[in-house]
Amino acid sequence: MGPENLLRDRYLPVLIVIVISIIIGLVMFLISGFLRTKRHYTLKLTPYECGISSTGYTGDRFNVKFYIVAIAFVIFDVETVFLYPWAIVYKKIGFFALLEMYLFIFILLIGYIYAIGKNIFNWRRD
Amino acid sequence: METIYVILITTIKTIIYFGVLMLHVAYATYAERKIIGHIQLRLGPMVVGPHGLLQPIADVVKLIFKEDIIPYNVDRKIFTIAPLISLTAALSTFAVIPVSENWLISNVNVGILYVLGIAGIGTYGIIFAGWASNSKYAFLGSLRSAAQMISYEVALAMSLVGVILMAESFNLTEIVNKQLEYSYGMFLIPQFLGYFVFIVAMLAETNRVPFDLPEAETELVAGYFVEYSGIRFSLFYLAEYLAMFCMSALATICFWGGWTVPPFLLTIFPFLGIIPGIIWFLIKVYFHMFLFFWIRGTLPRYRYDQLMSIGWKVLLPLALLNIVLTSIIKYYW
Repeated sequence: MGPENLLRDRYLPVLIVIVISIIIGLVMFLISGFLRTKRHYTLKLTPYECGISSTGYTGDRFNVKFYIVAIAFVIFDVETVFLYPWAIVYKKIGFFALLEMYLFIFILLIGYIYAIGKNIFNWRRD
Repeated sequence: METIYVILITTIKTIIYFGVLMLHVAYATYAERKIIGHIQLRLGPMVVGPHGLLQPIADVVKLIFKEDIIPYNVDRKIFTIAPLISLTAALSTFAVIPVSENWLISNVNVGILYVLGIAGIGTYGIIFAGWASNSKYAFLGSLRSAAQMISYEVALAMSLVGVILMAESFNLTEIVNKQLEYSYGMFLIPQFLGYFVFIVAMLAETNRVPFDLPEAETELVAGYFVEYSGIRFSLFYLAEYLAMFCMSALATICFWGGWTVPPFLLTIFPFLGIIPGIIWFLIKVYFHMFLFFWIRGTLPRYRYDQLMSIGWKVLLPLALLNIVLTSIIKYYW
């Protein structure tokens, strides 16, 4: 083995694993495709709805809360993205990093309290 | 030349790793049915083979031979690709998970980030499945699942910040080695708050009881995979169990010291050092898998509003508190 090449020795295997994972899934499809029975008729191919025939389009409307939770998720996920590298270099930077991150968490906390006050995380209608 | 060597070695390693992994998944389904059976004073599978030991193999054969039904009103392309996304996401997380000191496929220096990122892609499979199915149950199930998974992903990611603060590395092998520097040999003790948050979030992330609302049999039939049958259904099933193993392995590595024995135990019982690391690792992973089954056998399901308020109002503040406490202690230590 020559000198270590980060891209080749560390990340190429990861790519290979991903490719193999896809191949495993496809091979399972293929094997099953050869072996399984195929006896379709119209009634079998209707969407499941407890025996009642389905009406309307499914993805029409849904509760707006799902959107709001998704937005809250983006905010806190970005916070995590900042926390991760901070956690790595925390010991090297010391007190300044501590102060800086508390300030950051504090600002987010204000938003968090506002979100709770707005009943975003409360799904009961009362 | 060396590139070909790397490709060859990795392929062989991956096939062995995945082979063992698939066997584990198959017998995890058996163990689950058996354990829950005994918890409920039943016997569990008993017919196929002695004590039902060949049950998983019979299940696999059955699922392969089952008819593949694609309802006429689905979005065909997305419907087909969704289980594949879930499976690929669940399988590829294992690329960086070390089983013991020298047994891993790739020693990536951003291991934790990779695992969390790839595991997050699994959510796409669920959303696609629910959306493409064009069935009300599947749609509701996938919406719930997506909201639940992103809510608990925040708590899960934040509970690991404490571990990263202590280990000062994303590399999973280094995290394990760092734990050996302490006499108690595991981050479970200083990070018990993080561990608690991690365990609860892990149950929600893998859609397990008591957070199995996406599947909620009594109201949504089977949630996002109502319309799936045969091999496509089994790919989702496989992905769920793989995710459980992935989370168990992550908990083992980050909180339980992976394949190492706590140093204080080694000084009391020196003979424990003879047992190879991989056995320790597997014992710890099996414990976490047992925890999944045990909780399933014990707890009822939460309501959706309870689920959301636990995630955002309890786990998130706890995870933040853990980060604050850990950073203060780390500063003075």
